Amino acid sequence: MSATLPDINIALPNGATARRVEDEFHGDLLEISLGPHHPSTHGVFRMNATLDGEIITTLKPVFGYLHRNHEKLGETNSYLANIPYTDRLDYLASLTNNWAYVHAVEKLAGFVPTERCEYLRVILGELSRIINHVCLVGFLLNDLGTSFTPLLYSLRERERMLDLLEELTGARMMYNFMRFGGLRTDVSADWLARLKTYLEGLFARYLDEQDALLTGNEILLARTQGTGVLKPGLAINAGITGPGLRASGVDYDIRKVDKYSIYERFDFRVPLGEHGDTYDRYMMRMLEMRESVKIILQAMRDLPEGPVNDPKAKSRGLRPKAGEAYGRIECPKGELGFYLISDGTPNPYRYRVRPPSFINLTVLEDMCVGQTLADAVITLGSIDIVLGEVDR
Amino acid sequence: MLGSGIIKGFYITAKNFVGSFFTTERLTTIQYPEVRAKLPHASRSFPFLVYDGDSPIDGLRCVACRICEKECPPQCIYIVAERDEKGKIMKKPRIFDIDYSVCMGCQICVEACPFDSIKMDNVYEIAVRDRYEGLLMHRDQLAKPNSYFHHINATDATEVDNRLAEEKRKAEEKARAAAAAKAAAAAKAAADAAVAQAAKPATPPVPETK
Amino acid sequence: METLEQIRDRIAAQFGAGAVTLVTNPGPAAQHSLLLASHAARDIARFLRDDPGLRLDFCSNATGVDWPDKEIVETTKTTQPDPAGGPAKVVETKTKRLQPGCLEAVYHLYSMALKSPAPVIIRLRTVNRTDDVTLPSLTPVWRSCEFQEREIYDLYGIVFTGHPDLRRILMWDEFKDHPMRKDYVSPDDYEWEPTPHDDVLERAKAHYPAPSASTTQTPEVTK
Repeated sequence: MSATLPDINIALPNGATARRVEDEFHGDLLEISLGPHHPSTHGVFRMNATLDGEIITTLKPVFGYLHRNHEKLGETNSYLANIPYTDRLDYLASLTNNWAYVHAVEKLAGFVPTERCEYLRVILGELSRIINHVCLVGFLLNDLGTSFTPLLYSLRERERMLDLLEELTGARMMYNFMRFGGLRTDVSADWLARLKTYLEGLFARYLDEQDALLTGNEILLARTQGTGVLKPGLAINAGITGPGLRASGVDYDIRKVDKYSIYERFDFRVPLGEHGDTYDRYMMRMLEMRESVKIILQAMRDLPEGPVNDPKAKSRGLRPKAGEAYGRIECPKGELGFYLISDGTPNPYRYRVRPPSFINLTVLEDMCVGQTLADAVITLGSIDIVLGEVDR
Repeated sequence: MLGSGIIKGFYITAKNFVGSFFTTERLTTIQYPEVRAKLPHASRSFPFLVYDGDSPIDGLRCVACRICEKECPPQCIYIVAERDEKGKIMKKPRIFDIDYSVCMGCQICVEACPFDSIKMDNVYEIAVRDRYEGLLMHRDQLAKPNSYFHHINATDATEVDNRLAEEKRKAEEKARAAAAAKAAAAAKAAADAAVAQAAKPATPPVPETK
Repeated sequence: METLEQIRDRIAAQFGAGAVTLVTNPGPAAQHSLLLASHAARDIARFLRDDPGLRLDFCSNATGVDWPDKEIVETTKTTQPDPAGGPAKVVETKTKRLQPGCLEAVYHLYSMALKSPAPVIIRLRTVNRTDDVTLPSLTPVWRSCEFQEREIYDLYGIVFTGHPDLRRILMWDEFKDHPMRKDYVSPDDYEWEPTPHDDVLERAKAHYPAPSASTTQTPEVTK
């Protein structure tokens, strides 16, 4: 071997040897297809990347593997029957999907939810934001190669919250809990008390521990700072929403802008990043979880008594008057909107989901070009996509 | 100091590792299937049919009204009503099939049912060898006694029982009142007829048909 | 924030009265929209984005809607004098009119700079649903339309001119039809499964040879 290729190994000054890079190969582009079955792609998602050495020169996202034409299904179902289907969009935060859909239908049909219902929706919506961010932090660290410890701690806490939600709604992920102008059932004081104990006890401890474990960790800083940078101008133009946008320093939170539901009654802050890199996007999630806990505790404090369902609103056999409505809320991943057109029949004429994960992927290539392949994986992880929502 | 963040992290992992031997708060997993988590009352998986009494066929609360079939979002319910010898539709199902492989456990059938006859089960170990027929549940597999419903969700089952008993009591009272009123009216009519036309035989009042 | 009428008047003043029409929404949401003429649409979009009073820098949602041809029956009543001198007769004539269909692209615009809570909705319509289905792409104005217009192209078949990379996005490249159109016929050659619904079963059966004896049992037969 050494006879035919005498100089393939170069001796380094410290005594080690390195393999020489053949000059005629240098600069050749390597096309690789990452996914669709790859653990780093969070589902069936493919990235067609072109590499120069280890540096990405182009990257085309390919998806649709989970496409089931959710919107067509929505046009053949009654308004009520669509609620369980919305659970299956972003299955890590189903309650906010329910909420966005009933919010749009309430706009379409002119229903007003009751006071108590609004408070409970805020509690449940913020709880599902926490569940989503807990997952994100765990999976992002998994993408970084921190095999399993932070993910396991995150899933342990998520499990406790899912147990609480199972007790309330009967299911762990596909809750099907919100109804037009209300909720399916009322929430007991005992359940709320237990949620409060949990958030102030074990969950607060989890947040502190996760912060101590990760936020100041030198390896995490080295891997995430300065990678996957998204400039605010591009972020706005490309319609990025949610923590990904705020990490770039754009102060835009639909809870504050639209003041939908009763969010203007709560005192909470919108965390903003400065650099728009992966670390900022990670920090947004850690900080938003603390703000969500604050909102939940305030909502529990102010929760009024009263009916949970609007007696005028009906869920079964709903036939809204002809017209259209676009309703949007701030879901954990960004702006989740539903655009509905009614023609007076029991089925929507047009049922459109504005999926935040899908639109946030628009700039994936811009964020990854010039980075190494390993950074592309964590950039994708920090965008936070769920393929159930991207592919619909 | 460089590396202090990493050392802090090791301290956290050590705390969790040691803690997991002493408290369940630090524990992540349980040893399924030897140890099973207790399911909450509201936990739901797939629907089943409730029957009262001992007979799973005569005691079915289902009246084959087909509301659940119409409301079911993935259309996994299939109902054909029983007919008597003359071909008249009876108020019970001859076929009641639920395709568990299609069902998504959304509970809308339970909300839609006006007779409290379909409820959510909480079984989750339903793996079968036959992918098609094995998960297509027929009426006799779906029918489960009310005592089973009490067993899995005592709160709801008691509430349903009380409500049904109350409805039954009200219906009986109403029927009794109606019967009493009818008897009184009949007696009055008979008396009137007797007074007015002693020669003609009084016609018995036609019983009300519904 | 200006009202939609004011925006319409300003667009009409700059691009001509034919460039914009107000489409009212009768529902309780009352989200009215502006129908733009497609030849001026991209310039109007740039105007909406850059105008200091509007600054609609965020195109939140872009989607398609299919409006198939619709037959409208109009009943007109005319009074005809009786030639014999009697009282005038009222004659009803029914005329059938074919309202031509179109494909529509709907864009929901917000302003991140001004933090507008209500959307400004613009709509573009194709000439028909069959051979003239081009619209100008708004991706050069708002990058967020890139994937959404690809999705509209994929599912509705609107061809966006000026789009940088117009390919199918959710369906596979070899797929022929546009599944979100109202007249799309879904395939019925799914894998044979004994679902409880006989009509589905019958349609699926036509695609497969008769199944073996162990699976011929239809759900009609109860055990």
